[in-house]
Amino acid sequence: MNPFSSGTRLRDMIRAIRACKTAAEERAVVRKECAAIRAAINENDQDYRHRNLAKLMFIHMLGYPTHFGQMECLKLIASTGFPEKRIGYLGLMLLLDERQEVLMLVTNSLKQDLNHSNQYIVGLALCALGNISSAEMARDLAPDVERLLQFRDPNIRKKAALCSIRIIKKVPDLAENFMHPASSLLKEKHHGVLITGVQLCTDLCKVSSEALEYFRENCIEGLVKTLRDIANSPYSPEYDIAGITDPFLHIRLLKLLRILGQGDAGASDCMTDILAQVASRTESNKNAGNAILYECVETIMSIEDNGGLRVLAINILGRFLSNRDNNIRYVGLNMLMKAIMVDAKAVQRHRATILECVKDSDASIQKRALELVYLLVNESNVKPLTKELIEYLEVSNQEFKGDITAKICSLVEKFSPAKIWYIDQMLKVLSEAGNFVKDEVWHALIIVISNASDLHGYTVRALYRVFQASTEQESLVRVAVWCVGEYGDMLVNNVGMLDIEEPITVTESDAVDAMEVAIKCQRLGLTTKAMALIALFKLSSRFPSCSERIKDIIVQNKRSLVLELQQRSIEFSCILQKHHNIRSALVERMPILDEATFTGRKAGSLPTAVSASSIIPCNLPNGIAKPAAAPIGDLLDLSSDDAPPAPVSSGGDFLQDLLGVDLSPASAPSGTSQSPKTGTDVLLDLLSIGTLPPVQSSSSAIDILSSSHDNKAPVANLNGLASHSSLSANATSPASSAGMMDLLNGTGAITQKHEENGPAYPSLVAYESSTLRMTFNFSKQPGNPQTTFIQATFTNLSPNVYNGFLFQAAVPKFLQLHLDPASSNTLPASGNGSITQCLKVTNTQHGKKSLVMRIRIAYKTNDKDVLEEGQINNFPRDL
Amino acid sequence: MMIHFVLLISRQGKVRLTKWYSTYSKKERSKVLRELSGVILTRGPRLCNFVEWRGLKVVYKRYASLYFCMCIDPDGNELEILEIIHHYVEVLDRYFGSVCELDLIYNFHKAYYILDEILISGELQESSKRTVVRSVAAQDSLVEAAKEETGSTISNIIAHAAK
Repeated sequence: MNPFSSGTRLRDMIRAIRACKTAAEERAVVRKECAAIRAAINENDQDYRHRNLAKLMFIHMLGYPTHFGQMECLKLIASTGFPEKRIGYLGLMLLLDERQEVLMLVTNSLKQDLNHSNQYIVGLALCALGNISSAEMARDLAPDVERLLQFRDPNIRKKAALCSIRIIKKVPDLAENFMHPASSLLKEKHHGVLITGVQLCTDLCKVSSEALEYFRENCIEGLVKTLRDIANSPYSPEYDIAGITDPFLHIRLLKLLRILGQGDAGASDCMTDILAQVASRTESNKNAGNAILYECVETIMSIEDNGGLRVLAINILGRFLSNRDNNIRYVGLNMLMKAIMVDAKAVQRHRATILECVKDSDASIQKRALELVYLLVNESNVKPLTKELIEYLEVSNQEFKGDITAKICSLVEKFSPAKIWYIDQMLKVLSEAGNFVKDEVWHALIIVISNASDLHGYTVRALYRVFQASTEQESLVRVAVWCVGEYGDMLVNNVGMLDIEEPITVTESDAVDAMEVAIKCQRLGLTTKAMALIALFKLSSRFPSCSERIKDIIVQNKRSLVLELQQRSIEFSCILQKHHNIRSALVERMPILDEATFTGRKAGSLPTAVSASSIIPCNLPNGIAKPAAAPIGDLLDLSSDDAPPAPVSSGGDFLQDLLGVDLSPASAPSGTSQSPKTGTDVLLDLLSIGTLPPVQSSSSAIDILSSSHDNKAPVANLNGLASHSSLSANATSPASSAGMMDLLNGTGAITQKHEENGPAYPSLVAYESSTLRMTFNFSKQPGNPQTTFIQATFTNLSPNVYNGFLFQAAVPKFLQLHLDPASSNTLPASGNGSITQCLKVTNTQHGKKSLVMRIRIAYKTNDKDVLEEGQINNFPRDL
Repeated sequence: MMIHFVLLISRQGKVRLTKWYSTYSKKERSKVLRELSGVILTRGPRLCNFVEWRGLKVVYKRYASLYFCMCIDPDGNELEILEIIHHYVEVLDRYFGSVCELDLIYNFHKAYYILDEILISGELQESSKRTVVRSVAAQDSLVEAAKEETGSTISNIIAHAAK
C-alpha cells in the first residue's frame, strides 16, 4: 500500500485546514494532501479512492485546482456499490462541467445506471444527467429518460421530468417525444411529480409551438381544476407554508396557465375565475402568499385582456408598494414597470408612492423606482416630476447622483415644453451635479442655447450668477465660459432682459475676471481652461476697454507648462499683436448650430466619428480624462462642407478647433493628413509622463493652420504666420510628423539582446543608430518585483558634440514611468564619455505583460536639431 | 433554467457550497464568487434581499453566519426563491437537527446530497420536506448497509470519508 495514502481521514484534513492561521499554511496543507492523493491515483489505489475524492471536493471548494481527480470520478461511477457511485456522481457534478471532454466517457455508465435495478442508483444517474448533461449526452440518453417518466416510484418520475427539461433545452427537436408523457404527469397526485411535470410542460411550450397547442387543447381544464383544488385544500402539514398549501405548486401552475393563456382568448377565459380567486383570497401577510400574488399578477397581466382582473392586479401592486418589507416594495416596483406597458393610467395613480421609493435607503429599490419614474414621465407631468427629482438630487448620495442626473437630463430633453424651461432645469442640474453630467449633455445644452437667440442674454446672465456662486461643477463652468465668450456683450449691457429677471450689473472687467478665475483655478481641467482662454480671446474684440488686460492674461499663459494652453496663448497673442485685420473675423460669434443635424448625427452616424476619436488613447498631462468633442466637431464639419462665405468658414473651422480644445484627433475637419493627428497623439503620449518640461513643439497648430483647404486670404495669412512665427519648433514640420508615424510602426528600434546568461537581467542595447547608442541596465529591489530600475546610458557615435540633449519616454497605461534628471545635457563626441539617466518603471500587470516603451531623443549638433525615435519591444520578458 | 447557481458563503467570505446549473468556466466561477461575496457581504442589514448583478438577479438570505445565494433570470420570481432558500434551510435543519455552519463544513457532501434532492437542473424537485429527508436517509442507510455487508476495513474507511 502506498505509504502516503494511509494518511488522514476527511474529517482530519478539514480540521487541519481550518486550523491554519495563514493562507500560506493552508496552501502547504493542501499541497501535501494533493500530493498524497496524486500518488494514490498513480498507484490506482482502490481502497482510498472514495475518501480521496471527498477530500478533493473539499479542496476544490477552497479554490485549488483538482483536475487530476476527474478520472477518479469516472472510476467510482463505474464501480458496483452504491456508496462509491454516490460519491462518484457528486464528484462528477462538482469537478466537471459539460464542456469537459472527459464527460463523454461517462455516457455509458450513465446508460447502465439509468437501467439499474436499484432505484436509488437510477436516481443518482438522473440527477447527474439533469445537472451537467451536454447536448450529445442528452441525445444519447433521451429514450431512457423518457421511459423513466413512467417509472413506478414517483421519486424517479419527478427526477426524470426535470432531467427531460435539460434534454429538451439542449436538443429542442426532441420536444415532441416528451409531449405525451409530460401531459400524463399533470394528472398525478404526488406533489413532487406534479410540480416537476407542470414545469416540464412549461418548458415544452417554450421550445415547441406544437406542444403549446397540444396543452392548450387538452390540459387547461385539468390545470385549472388542480389549481382550484390546491387553493381550496384544507390544512395539510406536509406541504403547508404560512397557512398556504404548497405555494411552489401554486406558482408553477400559474406560470403554465400564463403561457397557455397568452395570445389565446378562449384559454384566458377559462382561467379568469380561478385567477380572480387566487388574487383576492391569498393571504398577503407572509412572503409565501406574496410570492403567489406576484405570480398571479404576472399571469393576469400577460393573458388576454380582462379589465376587471387587471384592476385587481394593479391594486395588489399598489399594496406591495406601501408594504413595509423592502423585498415586497422591490418586486412591486418591478412589476409596475411591466404593468406600465399594459395600463399606464393605473400605474400613474401610484406616482407619489413611487417617487417616495426613489428616496429609499436601499440602492436596489432606488434604482428600480427611478427607472419607473422615468417611464411615468410625459408632457403633462414633466414639470412637477422634474422638480421633485432635482430637489432629491441635492440630497441623494454620491453613487446615485450619476444615475439620477442622467435620467433628469434625458427627461428634460425629451419632454421640455419650452426652451427657457429646459435651460433653467439644465442650469439647476449642472449647478447641483455638473460633475456627473456627460459631455454630450452639455454639448446639447450649448446647441439649444445657441438656437434660442431671444434667450442669449437671459442665459448668459443666469450662468454668470451661478458661476459666481460656485465653480465646483466643472461642466457648469464650461457652459458658462462658453456663453460668456459668445454673448459677453449681452451680459454687460443687460440685452434682452426678460420680465422675470432681476437686473444685474456686470462690468466688462467683471466678465474678464470670471474668465481669469476659470483659467487660474487649480481644480478645473485643461478643457475648461482652454475654453476660458478662447472666451477671453473672443472678449478681446467685444470689450475694447479690457483688451490690454486680456492680452496680459493671455501672455501669462505663454509660459504654461501645459502644451495646449501654451500653444493657444502663443497663437492668440500673435493674433492680438500682429493681425488686427483678421481678428474680428476670427472671433465672430459662432454661427447658430443646427439642432436637427446634431440630433440626427447623435442618433445616427455618430459612431464613426466617436470611434475614430476614442480608439486613440490620449492622456492629458494633468491626467484628466479627455472627453471627445466629436458631436460639435461633426456639426461644424458640415458647415465647412457646405462651403459658406469665407469669414464664417474660417471662423467656423477655427471655432471647431477651439471647441475641440481637448485635442481630439477627430476634430480635424478635413482629414487633411494622417500624420499631424498621430503626431499629436504621440506627443501627448510622450508628454503624459509629465516629469519633464514639454518640448517647444505644437503639432496641433497644424489643426488650425493647415485645416483650411480653401485658399482664402486670411487663412493664407495664418499659414504665413505659422511659418515665420518662432513657435514652430522642428517638431511641427510635416517631416518629423511622418517620423512619428514610423515610431508608431515600431520600425525605429534597432535592437539586439545579449545572449549570455550572466546577471539576472542582462543589459540591453535598447536603441542604436549610426549616431547614437542607448544601453539599459536593469535592477530590481527584492520584494518589489513590479518595479524595475533602469539605468540608461547614452553614447555618441558621431564625431560631433551633442548639445541640449533630451531623452523622453512613453509607456502604455499598464505601466508607470518615472524619469530622473539626466546626468548632463551635453554628450561628448566619439564616445568620449556618456550621459546616464535613471528610469523607474512599475508594471501593474507584472507577470502578464512585458515592458514596452517608446522613446524620443532630441539634441542639437552643428546647430541643427536632430530627433531620433524608436520603440523598445525586446525587454527581458519577466520585468 | 430557473436557478443558475447556488452559493453558500460564510460571513467571512469562505465558500461553503457551490452548485452551478448553468455552464460557467472555472475562471468565471471564481470571478462570480469574488464579485458576489464582495457585493452581498457588504450590504446593510435592512436592505432588500435582491441584488441586480450582470443582468441577472441574485436572491440571498442570511441564516446565522451563512449567506444562502441563488442567482436567477431578471424576470424570475424573487419571492419564490426566498421560499426555496428557506425550504432548503428547513430540510438541512431537520436532517442535521438544528444545523450550524460546522455541520455543513464537515458534512459538506451531505449538504450537496440534500440539495440534489431539492433541485435538479436549477428547477425545484420536491416541495415536501419530509420526502426529501426520507430519501436522503434511505440512501444513507444503503451506504451503512454496504459497510456492514463487507465488514472490512475498506468500508470503514469509506464510511469515515462519508462522515
